[in-house]
Amino acid sequence: MRRRRRVVLWAAALAGYAFLYVPLIIVVAYSFNNSRLNAEWVGFTLEWYDKLFHDQDMLIAAGNSLAIALVASIVSTLLGTAAGVAMYRYPSRLLSVLVLAPIAIPEILMGVSLLIFFVLLNLTLGLVSVALAHIAFCIGFVAIVVRARLAGMDETLTEAARDCGASPWNTFRYITLPLIMPGVIAGALMAFTLSIDDFVITFFTAGAGTVTLPLQIYSMIKIAVTPEVNAVSTLLMLLTLALIIIASKLSPTLLRSE
Amino acid sequence: MIVVAVHTPSRLGRWLVSGPPLAYLIVFFALPSLIMVLASFRTPGEFGGLAPLIEEGKLDLNLESYARFFSESVYAQIFLKSFGYALLTTLFCITLAYPLASLIARSSRRYRDLLLLLVILPFWSNFLIRIYAWMILLGPNAALARTVNRVLAWFGHDPVPLLFSAFAVLVCLVYVHLPFMVLPLYANLEKHDQALLDAAQDLGANAWQRFWRITFPLSLPGVYAGAALVFIPAFGIFAIPDILGGPEDSLIGNVIKQQFLETRDWPFGSVLSIVLTVVALAFAGLAAWVARGNLRTPSSARGSRA
Repeated sequence: MRRRRRVVLWAAALAGYAFLYVPLIIVVAYSFNNSRLNAEWVGFTLEWYDKLFHDQDMLIAAGNSLAIALVASIVSTLLGTAAGVAMYRYPSRLLSVLVLAPIAIPEILMGVSLLIFFVLLNLTLGLVSVALAHIAFCIGFVAIVVRARLAGMDETLTEAARDCGASPWNTFRYITLPLIMPGVIAGALMAFTLSIDDFVITFFTAGAGTVTLPLQIYSMIKIAVTPEVNAVSTLLMLLTLALIIIASKLSPTLLRSE
Repeated sequence: MIVVAVHTPSRLGRWLVSGPPLAYLIVFFALPSLIMVLASFRTPGEFGGLAPLIEEGKLDLNLESYARFFSESVYAQIFLKSFGYALLTTLFCITLAYPLASLIARSSRRYRDLLLLLVILPFWSNFLIRIYAWMILLGPNAALARTVNRVLAWFGHDPVPLLFSAFAVLVCLVYVHLPFMVLPLYANLEKHDQALLDAAQDLGANAWQRFWRITFPLSLPGVYAGAALVFIPAFGIFAIPDILGGPEDSLIGNVIKQQFLETRDWPFGSVLSIVLTVVALAFAGLAAWVARGNLRTPSSARGSRA
């Protein structure tokens, strides 16, 4: 009786995992498939990767994505770490709402409100506007990771430093920062991943002339299914999965739901 | 003598730390949102965007876009349709997430983190790639569509396209949002006291009764939290119906996109965005309120414990 229930539970959960992974595995598998159609396995090829690395539009898009992700992750890590420390040390309702709301509301709302904002400011839509938008939604993710790290920290260490006469800055620089560093790095990797993956907010804030990887993928799949998209998807997945696995090793709380 | 040094947080330190992120989020989040609210009361410009704020000495603020929203029933219908899709997505996610979350909660510590990581990883792969995956799976040449249509042919039914349909939109909505339901549900199930289930079994409750009368009621806070996390993004989605849906599967996100990028009617687009926010927040508030109320009123399972 008990065993049968366990089998049923395992079967249902396995079906759930299959639902999560089969689609992604098919994308990866067909990126090596010697057929344009993405419908059945024909034979192994690296043709689509070769094509990818000679696709000028795709390379420009990749360059833009990396540049934006680099700037957005650096700035949002600085601001997000400050926000995380502030939320822990000086709890304020205003800050919590402003940090968490961009994560909680549907993305499209942030996209359209920033579109109005940038156009009214006469800021030409492009790399700068996209980076500014990405920073805004990455701050919250970094802040959450950093605050979780602080919450697990031994408070007596900072008190001892202060008792020994260290200034608040020195206490932060030599005690708190080294202790929360894994959280800060995890937050930076998350921010990089979120930025390089973002489609919706980028879609509204990039304007006509600027293309990032997700925007390039979007315009390709709107026309047709092509294995070149599978190839770029495979590489992008490898990159983000590596970053996230490193981040989750640095900050195990990433695994716990907020 | 013991000297207790109390380091009161300085006002300066507080502003130095919270000032920069606060300033950034006020400028690039709060202010744009406020401007969007104001834009909803303005008149659309002749060539898109907004008409001048002050024209011929008169301030341009009116309720015309709101009036239009409430007078043209097509928009209420699209909201209703989006609500239906988001609700169905939430229900399917609960059904699929339950076995996953229970298995993870019951597995040994050694495998728990791995099983959890496996649920979270797809969430971290690119959103468009996950949509694209379903374009391949549901495509007309793929095995799934051919099998379905072969079965339909036996019954003398005409072939149906799986892609560009309401079915494709719903499957992908569930697919993309499933991790949001598993995580809070797992966090809740993990805390359940096995002794309650053992006691119920001793008193003669069968597996089904133990689930419906103990596990499920106790898991409701997790279910409500997951429901809010799934419903809100699903309600505002535009990429999934845009890529996988047919012309009839346009949801509110698509209409908002259309208003801002194609029709360029900002005031009306802002009205739709504000209604979307209000409905989404109302749903989240409702979920939080029900979850709290549920904790206060002793359910049958809690009652037996008191």
